[in-house]
Amino acid sequence: MSAARPKSGKGGASREKPAVDKTKVLVCESTACLSSSSAEIRAALEDEVGRLGLRDKVEVSFTGCHGFCQIGPIVVVEPEGIFYCRVKPGDAKDIAESHLLGGAPVERLFYRHPVTKEIVPRYGDIVFYKKQKRIILRNCGLINPERIADYEARGGYRALRKAVSSMTPEEVVNEVKRSGLRGRGGAGFPTWYKWDVCRRQPGDEKYVICNANESSPGAFMDRSLLEADPHTVIEGLALLGYAVGAGQGYIYCRAEYSLAARRTRIALEQALEKKYLGKGLLDSSFDFDAEIFEGGGTFVSGEETALLGSLEGSRSMPQPRPPFPAEKGLWGRPTIIDNVKTLACVPSIIADGADGFSSTGVETSRGTAVFALTGKIANSGIVEVPMGTALSSLIYEIGGGITGKKALKAVQTGGPSGGFLPGSKIETPLDFDSLRAAGTIMGSSGILVMDEDTCLVDTSRVFLSFVQGESCGKCVACRVGTRHMVGLLDKIASGKASEEDLTRLEKLANIVRNSSLCGLGQTAPLPVLTALRYFRSEFIAHVVDKRCPAAVCRELITFRIIPERCTGCRMCVKVCPTGAITGPRSQPHNLDQSKCIKCRSCFEVCRFDAVAGEAIIIVS
Amino acid sequence: MSGAASHFTRTDIRERRRSLLPLLKKIHDAERYLSQESIESLSRKLRMSENEIYGVATFYPQFRFAPPGKYHIQVCLGNACHVGGAQNFMEAMKLERNLLHGQTSPNGMLSLEGIGCLGCCAMSPVVVVNNEIHGRMNRVTFMQLVESLDPSEEKQ
Repeated sequence: MSAARPKSGKGGASREKPAVDKTKVLVCESTACLSSSSAEIRAALEDEVGRLGLRDKVEVSFTGCHGFCQIGPIVVVEPEGIFYCRVKPGDAKDIAESHLLGGAPVERLFYRHPVTKEIVPRYGDIVFYKKQKRIILRNCGLINPERIADYEARGGYRALRKAVSSMTPEEVVNEVKRSGLRGRGGAGFPTWYKWDVCRRQPGDEKYVICNANESSPGAFMDRSLLEADPHTVIEGLALLGYAVGAGQGYIYCRAEYSLAARRTRIALEQALEKKYLGKGLLDSSFDFDAEIFEGGGTFVSGEETALLGSLEGSRSMPQPRPPFPAEKGLWGRPTIIDNVKTLACVPSIIADGADGFSSTGVETSRGTAVFALTGKIANSGIVEVPMGTALSSLIYEIGGGITGKKALKAVQTGGPSGGFLPGSKIETPLDFDSLRAAGTIMGSSGILVMDEDTCLVDTSRVFLSFVQGESCGKCVACRVGTRHMVGLLDKIASGKASEEDLTRLEKLANIVRNSSLCGLGQTAPLPVLTALRYFRSEFIAHVVDKRCPAAVCRELITFRIIPERCTGCRMCVKVCPTGAITGPRSQPHNLDQSKCIKCRSCFEVCRFDAVAGEAIIIVS
Repeated sequence: MSGAASHFTRTDIRERRRSLLPLLKKIHDAERYLSQESIESLSRKLRMSENEIYGVATFYPQFRFAPPGKYHIQVCLGNACHVGGAQNFMEAMKLERNLLHGQTSPNGMLSLEGIGCLGCCAMSPVVVVNNEIHGRMNRVTFMQLVESLDPSEEKQ
C-alpha cells in the first residue's frame, strides 16, 4: 500500500533509500495484531508525527508478524530497538510526544517478563527473542512486506543473482545437498533428492509449487512468513525453478489466508517489475514466472498429490505414489512441491553457502525449525530454534513456562495428527528423528502445551474429529475408520464405554494407520495411540470409574455453587439459558442439576464478571 | 483463443480446468455464495457439465450454496479455541437462535459456520463476523455480540 508511506516533502530519492539516522516506527500488521486494531494505531501515529512536525525525522511504517502474538499489537522504534507491547490507538499520542519528540520512551508500554515482572525495554533483550536463532524468519518483523527495497536492503535476491549468473542448476542442487536441508512440511524428506530427480527428468515443461496450504489447527507460521516476508519465499521458489529447470511456479495458498495472499500478490508484481521474475530474469537466459493460487480450504490439499488435483481443477484427493510428482506431477509433468519454510531456507543457503546452515542443528536434522507455541503457555507465538533444541528449553525458557497454577500435563507436537508427549518426555530434542522415536512427529510444527485442566480423552477426540471431517473419503479405512474411532471416543467421554472398547479403539487405530493411502490417514490415529500409550490411566478412569479427572467431559461433571463464596449478584441467573439457577439477590443461589445443561455460561460469568468470582466450580 | 468450438488444443482444455477453482472463488467472493444460475453460466463458459462443477465445488468447504445472512458468523474450532470453549458458541447459537452450522436465520440476518483454525491462537477463542476478528470471547460476550447484530424479539 503506497498510501501507507509518509508523504514527506523530500521527494522520491529519500523514499527509495531510507536515511540511516531516520527514526523508524514499525507497527506490526499481521492478522493477529490487525484484529487488535493495529491499523488504527499506525494511522494515529502518522497523525501525531505529522502534527508534531516530525515527518522529516520519523518514518512510520509497518511490518509483518514478530512472532510474539500474545502481547500484540507490537510497535518497535528503530534504530534504538525499543519494543512496545499491547499498544492501543490512544497510546500513539504518548509515544509520539514523549518518545519521538522528547526522547523519553514510554515505560508503561514496555514488555514485562511474565514471571519475574522485570521490565525489558529493548527488543533484543527479551528472552523470547534472545534464545532464538532465526534463519527462516530472519526478516520477519524487520521489513515492510509490501516494499521490495526493504528486502533488497537486507540482502534480498542476492542468492538468485548469484545462482543465475555463476552457478549451474546442478551446483545449486549440490549446495542444497551439502546443507542437509530436509523438507519442513513435516515428513522431513531430503530436499535435494527430489530436486535432483526432477532436474534429471527430460523435457522443458516442469513445474514448481510452494505449498502454503497450512490448515492444521494451532500452526500459523506459514501464514506469518508470507505476511511478513513474501519475497524470501518467492526467491526460494525461483531458485528451485532454476535448479530443476522449471519455467512456471505456483504458490498454493490456503483460502482463509486473505492477507497473506494479498501481500504475496503485491510481492509477485514487484518482483516481476524489478526483473527478478519473468522472461530472461536478471539478464540471464532463465525464464521463470510465478503466480498465486488460492486453495479451497481443505486440510487434505496439503498432501502433495492432492494439492496437484486442486491445481488441476478437480477434487483434491491423494493419488498413489509412485510415480512421484518429481517424475509425473502437475498435468503429468515433473513437479516439485516444497513447503513455505523449506523454500525460505534456500536463499540463505545459496547466498552464504551451505556451511552456515549445516553447522546449525544436529547430525541428521540440519538448520533450524519453526514452531508455533500455543496452549497454556506464558509466551505463545512463533519461534525459530536450532534443530535438536530440547522441548523443555522451548517451553520454559522461550515460552516462559506454564500459565496459571496448574502443572504441565502433556505436550502435543505436529498438529492434529501428531502425538502427545507426557511431562516425563520434556527433554526430547526437537528434530525429525528424535520426535519420531518418542512416538510423535514434526508434522506441521505446532506445539500445544496442556496443563492438568486438559482431558486427554476430550483432546484426542477433538483432533480425531477434525481429521475425520477433513478426510477426503477415498480410502475406506480413513473414511469409515476415523468415524468409528470418534464414536468410540464419544462413548468413552460419556462414561458409557467398557474396557473392551479401549482394545477395540487401539485395534481400529492401527488398521487406519496401516491401510490409508496418504499421510492424513496414516497419522490420524497418532493422538489416540499416544494418548493410550502415555495416559492410559485417564482412559481407565473414564471407563471404569466413570469420572473425568480433569473435569472436562460434559457427561461426567457437575456444576456446583459454593454458598460461602456466592454473594448473590444474580449474574449467573441472567445468563443461564435453561433457568437452572434461581435465588433472590444477595443470597446464595441454587442450581437445579436436573435443568443444568452444563453450558459453562455461569462458570464463565462468575469467573470474569461476577462480584464474588469463582463461586461456581466444576467437579468430576 | 481459437473461436472454432471443434478445434481445441490440449492447452485450452487445461487452461479451462485450471481456471475452474479461481473462477468459483471469484464468483463466491462477489455474490457471497454459488447460485444455481452462476454455476449454469460457468458451465457454458468452461464447457464443463454442471454436475462436474458441483462435484468439484462441493468438495471444498469454502463454498456455500445458499446465501449467507447479513452477518456471517464464523466460529473458529481450532484446538486452542476448542480448549477455550468454542464449541459452546455453536451450542449457544443452537439453543438460543436455533441455528446450526451452515444455516441462515429465517430473517436473513445471521448465518453460522464453524471453521478450521485461523491461526490467531494467541487470541483464542476467536469469532469472525464478516471478516472482522473478535478475540478472547466467552459464551456470554459471544451472545452479547450476537444480540448486538440481531436483537432477538423474545428478550426483554
